[in-house]
Amino acid sequence: MARISRQRVRWLVLALVVVVLGSAGLVWLNSGDAPTRVDTRDQVIPVVDGPARTERVDLDSTLYLPAPDRLPAPAIMVAHGFGGTKQSVDSDARELAGRGFVVLTWSARGFGRSTGEIALNSPDYEVADAQQLVDWLARQPEVVKDAPNDPRVGVTGGSYGGALSLLLAGLDRRVDTLVPVITYNDLSQALLPNSATTATVPASPAANAFADDGVFKRSWAGIFFSSGLGGGGADPTGDAVEAGTQDDGGSTPGGAPPTDPAPDGTRNPAATTGTAGIGPCGRYRPEICLAYAEVATTGRASQRVIDLLRSVSPATVTNRITQPTLLVQGEQDTLFGLDQADANARQISAAGGPVKVIWYTGGHDGGRPGPELREQLGEWFDFHLRGVGADPGTSFEYAVQGALRAQGAPSVRTVTAPAYPGLTGGDPAQRRDLRIFGQEQTVVNPPGGYPGAISNMPGLGAIIGSSSRLANRVAVDLPGQSARFTSRPLTAQLLIAGASTVRLRVAASPQLPAPPGGAVLFAKLYDVGPDGVRTLPGSGVSAVRVPALPADGSPVEVTVTLPGIVRPIEADHRVELVVTTTDQAYATPAPPAAYQISLIDNPTLAVPLVSGSRSGTGPPVGPLVGIGIVLGICVLAAVWGALRRRRSIDVDAELADVPLVISNLSKAYPGGVVAVDDLSFRVERGQVLGLLGPNGAGKTTSLRMLMGLVHPTGGTIRVFGHKIYPGAPVLSRIGSFVEGPGFLPHLSGRANLELYWAASGRPADQAHFHEALEIAGLGDAVHRRVRTYSQGMRQRLAIAQAMLGLPDLLVLDEPTNGLDPPQIHQMREVLRRYATTGRTVLVSSHLLAEVEQTCDHVVVMHRGRLVAAGAVEVIVAGGGEATFRVGDPQAAAEVLRSVDGVDDVTVDGGLVHANLDGLPRSAAIGALVRAGVDIEQVGPRRRLEDAFLQLVGEEPQ
Amino acid sequence: MSEPKSTESLVDDHQVHTDPAAIDELEQAASHEHLAVAADGSVLGYRGGRTLRLRVELARQLRRRRTQLVFGFLVLLPFILWIAFEFGTSDNARRSGGFVDLATASAPNFVVFTLFASGSFLLPVIVALYFGDTVASEASWSSLKYLLAMPVPRHRLMRQKALTSGLLSLAAITLLPVVALLVGVIFYGTGEAVSPTGDAISFGDSMIALVLTICYLAVHLTWMAGLALFLSVSTDAPLGAVGGTVLVSILSQILDQITALEGLRDYLPTHYAFAWADLISSDPDWENITKGAFSAIAFGAFFALLAWRRFRTKDITS
Repeated sequence: MARISRQRVRWLVLALVVVVLGSAGLVWLNSGDAPTRVDTRDQVIPVVDGPARTERVDLDSTLYLPAPDRLPAPAIMVAHGFGGTKQSVDSDARELAGRGFVVLTWSARGFGRSTGEIALNSPDYEVADAQQLVDWLARQPEVVKDAPNDPRVGVTGGSYGGALSLLLAGLDRRVDTLVPVITYNDLSQALLPNSATTATVPASPAANAFADDGVFKRSWAGIFFSSGLGGGGADPTGDAVEAGTQDDGGSTPGGAPPTDPAPDGTRNPAATTGTAGIGPCGRYRPEICLAYAEVATTGRASQRVIDLLRSVSPATVTNRITQPTLLVQGEQDTLFGLDQADANARQISAAGGPVKVIWYTGGHDGGRPGPELREQLGEWFDFHLRGVGADPGTSFEYAVQGALRAQGAPSVRTVTAPAYPGLTGGDPAQRRDLRIFGQEQTVVNPPGGYPGAISNMPGLGAIIGSSSRLANRVAVDLPGQSARFTSRPLTAQLLIAGASTVRLRVAASPQLPAPPGGAVLFAKLYDVGPDGVRTLPGSGVSAVRVPALPADGSPVEVTVTLPGIVRPIEADHRVELVVTTTDQAYATPAPPAAYQISLIDNPTLAVPLVSGSRSGTGPPVGPLVGIGIVLGICVLAAVWGALRRRRSIDVDAELADVPLVISNLSKAYPGGVVAVDDLSFRVERGQVLGLLGPNGAGKTTSLRMLMGLVHPTGGTIRVFGHKIYPGAPVLSRIGSFVEGPGFLPHLSGRANLELYWAASGRPADQAHFHEALEIAGLGDAVHRRVRTYSQGMRQRLAIAQAMLGLPDLLVLDEPTNGLDPPQIHQMREVLRRYATTGRTVLVSSHLLAEVEQTCDHVVVMHRGRLVAAGAVEVIVAGGGEATFRVGDPQAAAEVLRSVDGVDDVTVDGGLVHANLDGLPRSAAIGALVRAGVDIEQVGPRRRLEDAFLQLVGEEPQ
Repeated sequence: MSEPKSTESLVDDHQVHTDPAAIDELEQAASHEHLAVAADGSVLGYRGGRTLRLRVELARQLRRRRTQLVFGFLVLLPFILWIAFEFGTSDNARRSGGFVDLATASAPNFVVFTLFASGSFLLPVIVALYFGDTVASEASWSSLKYLLAMPVPRHRLMRQKALTSGLLSLAAITLLPVVALLVGVIFYGTGEAVSPTGDAISFGDSMIALVLTICYLAVHLTWMAGLALFLSVSTDAPLGAVGGTVLVSILSQILDQITALEGLRDYLPTHYAFAWADLISSDPDWENITKGAFSAIAFGAFFALLAWRRFRTKDITS
């Protein structure tokens, strides 16, 4: 019964575990990751813009609505990048709507199905449009309002869209927060940068000189312009790598850009808008088109063009942004580098806006924000628009990609500093001076500026940018065009975070004077490994124009801001500053020129360092508590087990001298097979008891229960009065050999016995190894590995093992199996003599003859039940019963029945059985002879044998 | 012995016999010695708490060929890796910034690389071998029943077996990085440890990180130890217990590759197998390490309790 209930408990526990796990899984699945329902509503929103607000434009827009029970909700405007449409931000919009925001996306004027012409985020056009979209949002019942005509709204967008978010926030107070991603501060500096200045550089880590009269960033500008003509987006398409991203060959982020970013046919604007055809200006406003044509043709920008680019740049309004701003900039970005976000951060902070800055591993050359970063952006909006979650604060986080990589390992970590250095009211960026060395060198600008050095390949950004390692390796400098200044190998790692600065002396060569536009140079910072491999972090290059070089060759001293990068320079690596005259990504002057480049005295590279901690400091509390709980459960289980064992002691003092008492022992297996059924017998001291029964009678199972190996389903076994349970101490008084020997095959026979005894923990002098091994009689073979033994040798060794310690009760299961007749004879002698010392021997056998010759007492079992028990001679002789083989059985029966004291007379064929009950057999024979019955044979009735043979006969072996 | 002695290698049953004098000796010894009995029924000199002491079980296990082979292999592995790197360094340009560069940057990095290379398969297999084989092999040799009838109490047998396997596993987990460190110091010098995320720490700090890494590995692999122990007490086939554990580990690693499972992967026992890499940092991030330790301890305790319960109620029929 106990067995069955235990089974039931087991199923109950299992079912409980399944239910708990299942429901926990369901709750967990429903609590977050499952995509929630997002409804969309497409509409065309008419707006009126232009300097006089007279030009009507229809904006193609989509409103994303979260589940109805979360409405009304704050709104987020998601602006798309250059060359994209509202479709290109669909997934971002859905993600934000899934968080519970009302999201508005629209195709900016001049893109997609919207009408109008591109004005490059002009306050009169795109920004005016966006302000009217805010008006429109204020009229939507699904949107939460702060005041009439003032919706609770955040703005985000990447690149072109990011700039719009800055401009909108600066010009419209109703915007509550903004997250500009990989965008610019000053478009004139992004497309015509000049990183050399004689003035001081701001104290922030990635500040650029932002000097006037820049060098035209020809390749990016061209790509930018052509994507406005319908040539596809200039923005990255894949996700940037993040901590925990598996590196599967560098193909995850980026990949090939989609061939058709606008599947609805908006690629050809003429087909849908009916406005300007694909002329040389496409859908650009004429002034933009003309400005581009001018710069692209001459390589220089007039003041009018510069003014135009400035007027559409966020720099014009950042002094008015006081809303909480999260600036996200990419470390792999040769279009809008870290310096652009740096300028935005400084200007917004100066205006009083709280600013948080994140540098991530992507950018225009790397990839868009990955899932973790997008989650962070979502949390920013959660807090600033809904007041939900923890305050993201105004810290500064930057991602560090390891210079060395292990396969499949996370290779990105995030460093968090309390604030972006160099902002208003904060500490300036820490800079370390790194000594660099190098003589004055002459560099030559080849006529026509070709061949040129290669630093990055903007057109291929989406493809090779996917593997930043590859992108950083394509850099090529040409001999004669480049000057090199190198540090000593570093003694410890140096983590550069931002734009280093260096002071250079540039002089014109009297033979080849500088062209009228001044000297154009490019500066970059390499990480040079001990094996000479050079890596250009971020593919960054700083364009420099030194306007007026004295013709007499006297030098001009300038401070050059190098590209903003994040790069750990390992120990034994060197930092190398390279100054070249050419770069294929830029428009360089055609006239040949030569310059002398040298360092100032005691030249150093001022390297920005931003110390911080890894995000998420300290071990999380939850798992620690969990560990404590689990360990506590284990301790409780151990205590419970110990208490259980203590309670299981059960002694019957009256049986203290009886080696074995089995009462009502039963064993039923779960399948319903009953191996032992209500077995009871008793063994007295000094006996050699035979447990007799055919194979399968339950002998071995009984012995296993006796050894505590098998749990009985009923009844008890007592050895010297102590109840047997698994591991009962009284088992130490039993020596056993049950169903075959068990040895460690790789050890010798002797080593096996010694280790066996050592495992018992008993004193070695109690073992009597010598006597036991003599009984086994293996001779020298005892030193060989057991693996090499024959079956008989193992058997003998096992019996010797059972005799170790001279146990009070010796239990042997079929000990003579596999022994030859002389050995069997010896074994009988051993057992008999062993019992004479007052010890007890229990032998099981399926052979009657074996038991008859070895044992003095016998217990016969069949099918798990007791058949007979008693002294061997009594059971074998069958008491006073006799059998007569006679000529006339009927007559003989008559005669015997008439004899006094004889009863139980039966006829069995030619045999007559009778119970003589003390009457001598001779008296019975006399009576039969006197009656004239022929007697052939007289003998004791062998009842046991009859019965046993019958039993054995039933079981074919 | 009447027959002439045959060759040594052919000793068979017929040369094995019991001398009559031996029986006399046994009878003599038995009739003179009658040991006293304690109150709990045990014979004098027996105490359950002294059975199968660690020293004895260690001797039983250390004399096994597989134990010796595993340790030998762990000593050889760093040398094999070093030789592999020496053969693979002819093309300098290809090395840079990659796998090999990371591994050969310094002695600590060589250790880290060795642990990375062995972390997903070799070390788990060794733990599975020691824990999965321990009880099942006794069952397959039929020696388990004699240990239990000795009697070694069942809870004690399992505990001593688990402790021994734990000691052997810990020795293996320690031996590999220590040998790798020696090889690394000899061939790559005592430079800074550089992590894959580009963080660098000094050699001295990296030694502390190494000790913590060994501790984390030991804790992390408890889940495999628990599972292997459970399978070991559930089956009489050692190969089944070891192989079953390794299969579960591989299954978990495969599922961990399926990024679509997202957060569900956190519940896989192998998900935090490489969390120790976070220790190679000037400012270690303890989050994954703590989560990994909790995950491993929870799985390990669950399986160990299951194993205990199974072994306590099991009928030994091998």
